[in-house]
Amino acid sequence: MTFEHVLQYLLAGITIGSIYAIVAIGFNIIYNTTGIINFAQGEFLMVGAMTAVTFSRLVPLPLAIAIGIAVTVAVGVLIDFVFIRNLKKPTVLNMIIVTIGLSIIIREVALHVWDEKVRSLPYFTGDEISSINILGAYISPQALWVLGICATMVVLLNVFFKYSVMGRSMRACSANPVAARLCGINTKNMVTMSFVLSAAIGALAGCVMSPITQTQYDCGTSLAIKGFTVAILGGLGNSTGAIIGGLIVGILEEFSISVMPLAYKDAIAIAILLLIMFFRPSGLFGKQEVSALKEF
Amino acid sequence: MNIRQYIPAGILVAVVVAFQLAVVLTGQDYLLTQLTMSAYYALVIIGLSVLMGYAGQISIGHAAFFAIGGYTAAVLTTGAFRLSPWLSLAVAVAITVVIAFLIGIPILKLKGHYLAMATLSFGVIVYRIVLGTGVFGEADGISDVPGFTLLPGLTVTGGAASRVENYYIAWFLVTLAIILLINLINSRVGRALRSIHGSEEAANAMGVNTAGYKLAIFVLSAVFAAVGGVFLTHYTGGIGPSEAGVMKSVRYVAIVAVGGMANIWGALVMGIVLNYLSLRGYFGTYDDIFFGAILIIIMLFYPDGILQRKTLDDLRSLARSLVARIRGRR
Repeated sequence: MTFEHVLQYLLAGITIGSIYAIVAIGFNIIYNTTGIINFAQGEFLMVGAMTAVTFSRLVPLPLAIAIGIAVTVAVGVLIDFVFIRNLKKPTVLNMIIVTIGLSIIIREVALHVWDEKVRSLPYFTGDEISSINILGAYISPQALWVLGICATMVVLLNVFFKYSVMGRSMRACSANPVAARLCGINTKNMVTMSFVLSAAIGALAGCVMSPITQTQYDCGTSLAIKGFTVAILGGLGNSTGAIIGGLIVGILEEFSISVMPLAYKDAIAIAILLLIMFFRPSGLFGKQEVSALKEF
Repeated sequence: MNIRQYIPAGILVAVVVAFQLAVVLTGQDYLLTQLTMSAYYALVIIGLSVLMGYAGQISIGHAAFFAIGGYTAAVLTTGAFRLSPWLSLAVAVAITVVIAFLIGIPILKLKGHYLAMATLSFGVIVYRIVLGTGVFGEADGISDVPGFTLLPGLTVTGGAASRVENYYIAWFLVTLAIILLINLINSRVGRALRSIHGSEEAANAMGVNTAGYKLAIFVLSAVFAAVGGVFLTHYTGGIGPSEAGVMKSVRYVAIVAVGGMANIWGALVMGIVLNYLSLRGYFGTYDDIFFGAILIIIMLFYPDGILQRKTLDDLRSLARSLVARIRGRR
């Protein structure tokens, strides 16, 4: 394998890995306020991208993406208001089953609205054949868009969680919900806010990846599986872990193509993750206490 | 021996027989086909119910064990091997036990979401392997699997002629599995499992071999799934990669949850009802939406599962208020 090949795989891995990282961060945000894994997270990416594709024929691309994000956020808020808040017995398992049910419904509604056709947004700059030469490896300008937007989202989220009052309140909820309530934080609203944030970053990630990977009504499931694995690998609730985990999974996947048939791409990356988990049962950066919790 | 614990099993047998008679008398015996298939899926679900509800260990990978059973039977009885189905059943169970044992030792050390992710990953790996390997027929799966002659004149196979006997074979297996599980739950093992569900540390401190019990139940439920897979593959004459899919595993977990976790009867009833409805195709292309909606409705209104006294009370008060209204109108 020449240096150019290695670089090529590496760049492709980092691109797809940063998408996984965003999905994983979406999982983490909701996990931190509710303690559950939101199985509809992958569907957020699908809904965002699909809506943007539909509107991109009518309005300029940035506006279409904004509409995609707005619709997805509305779906996220609806999920929390109608279902999560009204659960009589909000145990972790019950909430997870609800999100599973919702993800199935969203997927099937998408099938009836957008049918089975594979769609994609236009390339943000250039087209499918334009490429940029980086030290002998070729990369689509869209990959740079993916990297840039994902990196910006991560930085903004970090600033939000560290310095804004609302971000700090959300962190307080994840540290100790009862204490947060005693301090006058409306924990229920923080849960809604976490759905808004995850839906928004999910929709944006779905839009920016759409030209490269394309979007179909059922693309959310595999993304959710990857994002979930990445979130666990990095240590649930840990955003730095999610980024590093995402990059590891993305790069592993791309390199496994060079040694094994394409059909086994997922299997190899996930098998390696499983092995890592056996040696580090709380994930790479996870807290011991979190992984020792038996939520269901 | 406590006779009372077998009363529900007796009722089950009575319902099974009554249903068969009713269906044949009304000339709708085609309904038995889907009930037979649902019964094999129910094997997976009741096994998983004991693992999740009693031992408190989630597994989002049980479709993989179902597929391991089904594919082993399909590969060994077709093509180059053409072994006897009895032999292939034995091999399928042996392979499942070995895989479940080897994967169970490290996986069951994980907890909560981490356990969910690990079992899910196992499912994805198995799915990818059957989808990408030539021996397993890749995306087409394996077809033309021969029938399984249990006894002379008693064969597990599709076909209208053997519909009734196959219905009884499937339900005999389910009843057998239920009786086995009832015995297990009401024994020392069952109490140990419940103690693990309550608090693993406390159970350990009391001298319960928690790791051993968890592993044993994991292997047992995997074997249930594999046996279901073997029989369904012989019954339908083939198996495809979708049987190993992650959504199948998620479906099994969801059915156990709406059946009410530590409630094998709830799991059995929900398993049969939901699989039967979707196999009959009552809701056409809206089948999955319907499934999702049922999950949500049950979780919103019956968070402890549908099969319990509260449901009966609700129905009774509903009936009473209806009666009152009708009387009031007069």
